[in-house]
Amino acid sequence: MTFLDYAPAPESRSILSLRSSYGLFIDGEFVDGHGDGFHTVSPANEEVLAEISTADGHDVDLAVQAARRAHDKVWSRMSGADRGKYLFRIARLVQERARELAVAESLDNGKPIKESRDVDVPLVAAWFFYYAGWADKLDYAGLGPAPRSLGVAAQVIPWNFPLLMLAWKIAPALAAGNTVVLKPAETTSLTALLFAEIVQQAGLPSGVVNIVTGAGETGRMLVNHPDIDKVAFTGSTAVGREIARSVAGTSKKVTLELGGKAANIVFDDAPIDQAIEGIVNGIFFNQGHVCCAGSRLLVQENVHEEVVDRLKSRLSTLRMGDPLDKNTDIGAINSAEQLQRIRELSDIGEAEGADRWSADCVIPDNGFWFAPTIFDNVSTSSRIAREEIFGPVLSVLTFRTPAEAIAKANNTPYGLSAGIWTDKGSRMLAVADKLRAGVIWANTFNRFDPASPFGGYKESGYGREGGRHGLAAYLAPQSAAAITASAAAPKTTRVKKGSAK
Amino acid sequence: MTLDLARTVVGSELSERSLRAFALGLPGVDAIGLEQRAASLATRSIKTTSKRWALDTIISLIDLTTLEGADTPGKVRSLVAKAVLPDPSDPTCPQVAAVCVYGDLAHVAVEALGSNHAGGGGTINVAAVATAFPSGRASLRVKLADTADAVEAGADEIDMVIDRGAFLAGRYGEVFDEIVAVKEACRRSDGSSAHLKVILETGELATYDNVRRASWLAMLAGADFIKTSTGKVSPAATLPVTLLMLEAVRDWHRLTGDLVGVKPAGGIRSSKDAVRYLVTVAETAGERWLDPRLFRFGASSLLNDVLLQRQKIETGHYSGADYVTID
Repeated sequence: MTFLDYAPAPESRSILSLRSSYGLFIDGEFVDGHGDGFHTVSPANEEVLAEISTADGHDVDLAVQAARRAHDKVWSRMSGADRGKYLFRIARLVQERARELAVAESLDNGKPIKESRDVDVPLVAAWFFYYAGWADKLDYAGLGPAPRSLGVAAQVIPWNFPLLMLAWKIAPALAAGNTVVLKPAETTSLTALLFAEIVQQAGLPSGVVNIVTGAGETGRMLVNHPDIDKVAFTGSTAVGREIARSVAGTSKKVTLELGGKAANIVFDDAPIDQAIEGIVNGIFFNQGHVCCAGSRLLVQENVHEEVVDRLKSRLSTLRMGDPLDKNTDIGAINSAEQLQRIRELSDIGEAEGADRWSADCVIPDNGFWFAPTIFDNVSTSSRIAREEIFGPVLSVLTFRTPAEAIAKANNTPYGLSAGIWTDKGSRMLAVADKLRAGVIWANTFNRFDPASPFGGYKESGYGREGGRHGLAAYLAPQSAAAITASAAAPKTTRVKKGSAK
Repeated sequence: MTLDLARTVVGSELSERSLRAFALGLPGVDAIGLEQRAASLATRSIKTTSKRWALDTIISLIDLTTLEGADTPGKVRSLVAKAVLPDPSDPTCPQVAAVCVYGDLAHVAVEALGSNHAGGGGTINVAAVATAFPSGRASLRVKLADTADAVEAGADEIDMVIDRGAFLAGRYGEVFDEIVAVKEACRRSDGSSAHLKVILETGELATYDNVRRASWLAMLAGADFIKTSTGKVSPAATLPVTLLMLEAVRDWHRLTGDLVGVKPAGGIRSSKDAVRYLVTVAETAGERWLDPRLFRFGASSLLNDVLLQRQKIETGHYSGADYVTID
């Protein structure tokens, strides 16, 4: 045994007590779904964790009705300050139950506990705290006086950051006075259902948050429900297109946060050791299941060899294995389907002539695993340089001049994020100015903050989540006449401007 | 000869100008990124068998230190006794790597160590600080005499300080020449040499970029070890600074094949902290560096905390400060 074979340090599962089966969360209660239930498994060992209900059309309808009632009768009429109190309470409950949520997330998703513990769950709490603060300040969100809520939001989220995506969706919607029906991804429903318990614990009025589980069909029924005012989706570009098509010609508002194929640009004057860390964090964080992952490394040709060498040495120290072990860096791939897609695209990369290199990891016998992999000498036309792999696979390309780096970085149908590594501030700003991406990180990567808007260009979607911009996606400006009319017949207990100061 | 190596690495004759160009041409350090990496290494969870191994390894890497104006021969003899037998209740407890004292007390340490001294059949070295430690404010002549004295008194290792004044003023050649001269003064009459540890005093160097430059200057000049601090300036050793210096020795090894050691000193008091350093060494330079020839802790109170942790593993409960000897 060597020191680097650290003895197992598993996080205890005892803090988490899972029920054997979970229903839907509609109108403040857990109820059985009418569709065929399904098992949610741990991708690390294929252990069945619980049985999850499937919502059929009737269940979805009930959920939307509950949300509608809650919106019209309670939530939209409540003062912003009071809505804020509920959101603050939820944030504190998330913090109190942080360890339990982290264990559940790692079990169900396969991500390392250090990530769910140190990144996902703290950000979930941060998102609720942030938007709780906005709830009584909507008049100052830059949307004119007294903006009003949209109504009922249908929210469909992916499996890569199950609880965090829930927070990104629910926190701004609730702060702005909307009610929600949320559908978590089929493979990662658990933390959304634990969140439903938190909603009960917080005493949130019934129907403000509803959670319907199931596969794509449930999501489709939810998005197409006629009584929905707003659709918010995070996931693949293919499904995003389908949603955009289905809501076209309706009054539903839409925000879509879709795929990406981000360029991480390393100039020859980059702080080299930190750039290596940034590359690793950019593509191997969360097994590469990140829409804004830095999956295309664009490295200046005079440091190409050095960067690839250092990267390989660094990857050799990554530890793959049990997601609940506190020393695990790389967890399991979320599902057999995703693993299949990663394998397929990697084989294509090899067939197309790129040099494949994988870290020497021991692959566990059960579960879904893929060793961190680098493809060097990738051409811009290669499929692994064009398509989103959504796995721990990095494509390395080179460039000679900043202009070439910018051209290559922008040469993608996506435009979600990008990274720049250089010691030179002027170059950083000049390049960032010309990149068509919603988020640009300089000398860092994959950093998130609730105050910062997040979203994409082109096929990466539209609308922004986070910050003041994220509120705008859930609010409609009101005309002066409407405000006067509502002031004449006050239905709401909105905090007056003077007292909000 | 080492200076040939330096010439090859720098790529020209060694001059104030070429050394300066070389040092300023080293890649920059992003402070936020460096500190984040150190913080993430500090989250490693070292348990059971790994922890046991780590505790014993920490002891074997300690330069047990006393550097007070009030030091006496008695204090040094007591320190030596502790170095030889850290835990009288447990004969399996390893010995420390070295005792570190002021130069005028080096002979006391050598005598007290007797057969436990590296030169007398044992394994424990005597390290002496020299070159007008800790400030380094003396003429080169005095610094060299200070060094030669300590070597003559039997010191196996010399811990020198760099001239931070010259370094911060940009006179890198002067800093380099001084290290080369001290290295020369470490030579014994029989042709062998005391090992040279070069203290950068990172707490006075102001930026991580400067720490990287000073590390490379010291390695170019023939340092056997690069050491963070005197322990007399705050901040002393920190995990990010040590990580940065480990990256420097790793890169030096890649470039030249030479092995240079790293010694964080000052401020490392708990086993928990020390384990984080071990993790950082193993995951940055490699496990090969977890060896007294390539890594040391400059510490005094750390040893007792490690002993308490060892006893806890043996007995299953914590004892207390009265169950380990004070010095």
